[in-house]
Amino acid sequence: MNFPILSSLILLPTVGALFLFFTKDKEGNNSTAKYVALFTTIVNFLISIYLWISFDQSTSNFQFVEDRTWIEGFINYKVGVDGISILFIILTTFITPLCIISVNNSVKNRLRDFLIAILIMESFMIGVFCALDLVVFYLFFEAGLIPMFLIIGIWGGPKRVYSAFKFFLYTLLGSVLMLVAIISIYWIAGTTDVIQLYELGIDSKYQNLLWLAFFSSFAVKTPMWPVHTWLPDAHVEAPTAGSVLLAAILLKMAGYGFIRFSLGLFPVASEVFTPLIYTLSVIAIIFTSFIALMQEDMKKLIAYSSVAHMGFVTLGIFTLQQQGIEGSIIQMISHGLVSAALFLCVGVVYDRMHSRMIHSYGGIVSIIPKYSILFMLFTLAALGLPGTSGFIGEFLILMGAFKDNFLVAVIASLGVILGAAYMLWLYKRVVFGKLVNEDLKKMFDLNRSEYLILSCLAVPTLFFGFYPDPLINTIEVSVTDLINMHNTNIASK
Amino acid sequence: MENLNLVLPEIFISLSIMFLLVLGVFKKNSSKITFNLSLFAILITAIITINETFSVSRETLFNESVVIDSMSSLMKIITLIGGFLVLVISSSYLKTFKIYNIEYPVLILSSILGMMVMISSNDLIVFYMGLELQSLALYVLATYNRDQLKSSEAGLKYFVLSALSSGLLLYGCSLVYGFSGSTNFDIISNQLNSNEYVLTFGIVFILVGLAFKISAVPFHMWAPDVYEGSPTTVTLFFTMVPKIAALTVFIRFLYVPFLNLIDQWQMIIIFLSITSMVFGAVAAIGQTNVKRLIAYSSIGHIGYTLAGLATGSNEGIQSSIIYISIYVVMNLALFSCLLMLRRNDHYYEDIEDLSGLSKNHPLLSLCLLVILFSLAGIPPLAGFFAKFYVFKAVLEQSMFFLAIVGLLSTVVAAFYYLRIIKIIYFDKEKDKYDTDHSLWLKFSLSVSTILILLYFIFPSQLIEVVSRINII
Repeated sequence: MNFPILSSLILLPTVGALFLFFTKDKEGNNSTAKYVALFTTIVNFLISIYLWISFDQSTSNFQFVEDRTWIEGFINYKVGVDGISILFIILTTFITPLCIISVNNSVKNRLRDFLIAILIMESFMIGVFCALDLVVFYLFFEAGLIPMFLIIGIWGGPKRVYSAFKFFLYTLLGSVLMLVAIISIYWIAGTTDVIQLYELGIDSKYQNLLWLAFFSSFAVKTPMWPVHTWLPDAHVEAPTAGSVLLAAILLKMAGYGFIRFSLGLFPVASEVFTPLIYTLSVIAIIFTSFIALMQEDMKKLIAYSSVAHMGFVTLGIFTLQQQGIEGSIIQMISHGLVSAALFLCVGVVYDRMHSRMIHSYGGIVSIIPKYSILFMLFTLAALGLPGTSGFIGEFLILMGAFKDNFLVAVIASLGVILGAAYMLWLYKRVVFGKLVNEDLKKMFDLNRSEYLILSCLAVPTLFFGFYPDPLINTIEVSVTDLINMHNTNIASK
Repeated sequence: MENLNLVLPEIFISLSIMFLLVLGVFKKNSSKITFNLSLFAILITAIITINETFSVSRETLFNESVVIDSMSSLMKIITLIGGFLVLVISSSYLKTFKIYNIEYPVLILSSILGMMVMISSNDLIVFYMGLELQSLALYVLATYNRDQLKSSEAGLKYFVLSALSSGLLLYGCSLVYGFSGSTNFDIISNQLNSNEYVLTFGIVFILVGLAFKISAVPFHMWAPDVYEGSPTTVTLFFTMVPKIAALTVFIRFLYVPFLNLIDQWQMIIIFLSITSMVFGAVAAIGQTNVKRLIAYSSIGHIGYTLAGLATGSNEGIQSSIIYISIYVVMNLALFSCLLMLRRNDHYYEDIEDLSGLSKNHPLLSLCLLVILFSLAGIPPLAGFFAKFYVFKAVLEQSMFFLAIVGLLSTVVAAFYYLRIIKIIYFDKEKDKYDTDHSLWLKFSLSVSTILILLYFIFPSQLIEVVSRINII
């Protein structure tokens, strides 16, 4: 395969953004800009689907690898995909066009700039998931801060400046230690190429410190308790499309990083720090679920539920069991779809009523029934009802956890109940009950684009809930090999 | 017979200074022609430098008191380019303040000459001569807008403090001479051995003097006042060109005469580096004037440059040089933006004046966005790579403390850069600024911004040029 398909996936959105940059910005009417952006992202999505079709599921080797000298004798620009990363790429290319369709209602001014930011963001996100060199990974990982900072800061809500700063500085602080670790790896192992590092292995006496440095970055990004506090702020203030990108894709970078780098590069340290991850994950699951119960703001509630869900993900990854890791990946994909949908659902009512407070709604089921049905579907998916993709992920994670540590698994299972509690209570308070607020009667049901977006998200949520095989087949071999590699590394040291 | 071709650039630039001075005195209203001729002179000097010295690996002249090697020729070229660009974007600013006089280009040329002598020096006396020549020119430049109180204050302050530091430097030089019996760097290097602790005094005095010239903490006190008070174009000159020369001399001192004493100066440089990085980041947070803020940020950036020097390795030196080159480009871009904040012949320099710039001037704001994120060291912009190389060299020597403090201070520094971005992009807009800028200003802004933005595509070229520098 000579055509650089991954590079074109990365570059295409940027090219689209450049094109947008040179289009005329007309006040009030930006449909051209929107169509250009939409076209770019849909083409990107089709390319990624083609990538998935031509992907060979029977091997865990990296495919579509491109390797170019970038900094002479030091760093190669190296990208490639395996079963784990390809799903995230597809998630990214799938969510971005939906974000662009959704901007109609939520972004009023400077639409063109907004679209440019989203497109550049997409480039960076895809780059994160295909990078096979630590420096290239870091580059994409950090670069994503710039567009997200602007998205929150320019188009966000009233406290946007505070949230944007918090988001940026938290993430940057976490990441600089990772940079130290990456450079140290270069001096220890002589390369930053992930494939070579997998083969060479890193001396186990350095692993603990390096693991912690990577952890500091991923823990902030995941986000894990107690460094999760930027997430609710960022979510609440970001415009709908920004929240969607943040929840659906940005958080997954860290989960992906844990699998690819923490497990893959530092097997010994991963073993050592498993109790730490378990503790933090369990606290995240239980504690933030309680916090979510208390929230008055819908976006905040969903943000806290994201923290809890990501707690399941980190738990699953560090069970180091086949089921656990597969579950985590599926949970991340599912959470990407479901949390995106939930934020869009909040966005729908927010655009009409300009309130995110739960108490200003109630009894809207008879006014906007279509919305209520879709909202219910995603609520149920978020709490992991069998038949939705959320179930598969949580079930596999808990199965892996039971194999590894009974106590942790039991406590985490309690989190599932709490999850059901806050999601159902949210749904009950917003959709059912007495219609108190008279203004709500003026609400109109989903318009065409909203309907389209939510159904697009509903289809895979249900499909993978009933038939997760396409996902599992894609990741199976890669995960098995990862665990085998891990076990041989542990055994040899 | 010495090969005078190697010092042809210096000879040519001295002759041009004399010629321009005479021309300016005898011809009325000759400002414009002096400006153009001096630009031409710099250009020719740069061409001569490239032609005559770029391929020389190492040659010494005049009893080994002048050295021409790959570092000196590269740094001279950067100095000349910097000087050229400063001069070329100065004119409209100077015209606004009615100080568009012949002295300006002549002073710039003489300070450049001083710097070139400094860069090539391989002898304490030659070094001091160059240093004083550039300093004297800089004192006058700082007060160049003499009708403004702040400018005069800046010049005076700079003069007094700089003279003090020169005194310290000279005292250090005399101590070193006393112990080694020679003023030549190579001979000093052979004579010195690490047992003579009194020598440390000499080294410390010299380092203090040099630290003052590059405004490293704790010898930075002059920088914010002088940067704020001087005319903006002179501030631009201050932040770019003298730093290059002083850094070269710093490298030369540390790695030629004092290389054997690395144990004694390494801690000093690490200290200077850490304090500069931390102080530069923290003190900039509260600033309201852009020029003062740039002063503090330049202190921080000098800290990173010194971090590379502290390593005692060739990679460290190279990374420092890469850092300063990228920093010069970023600074040029930033000042070009600052010079564009003009409305009705008044230049604005408060951070608040940038408020809501993105609404009225989207392109200018975009450039500022790129520049500020680059200064903050966020990938994939050039500023990230600058820091990356430095920390790569630092970590190679296992100096983890220095690297971690440095990287954490980038987070603090990111805060104040973000604050400016916030003001530009998130705040309410103010009146429009004028848009009829000179072509050169637009040129320097766009070229430097594009360099910053697209550096990541061709990172190898700069490394290749710099990797020819092997001092140790």
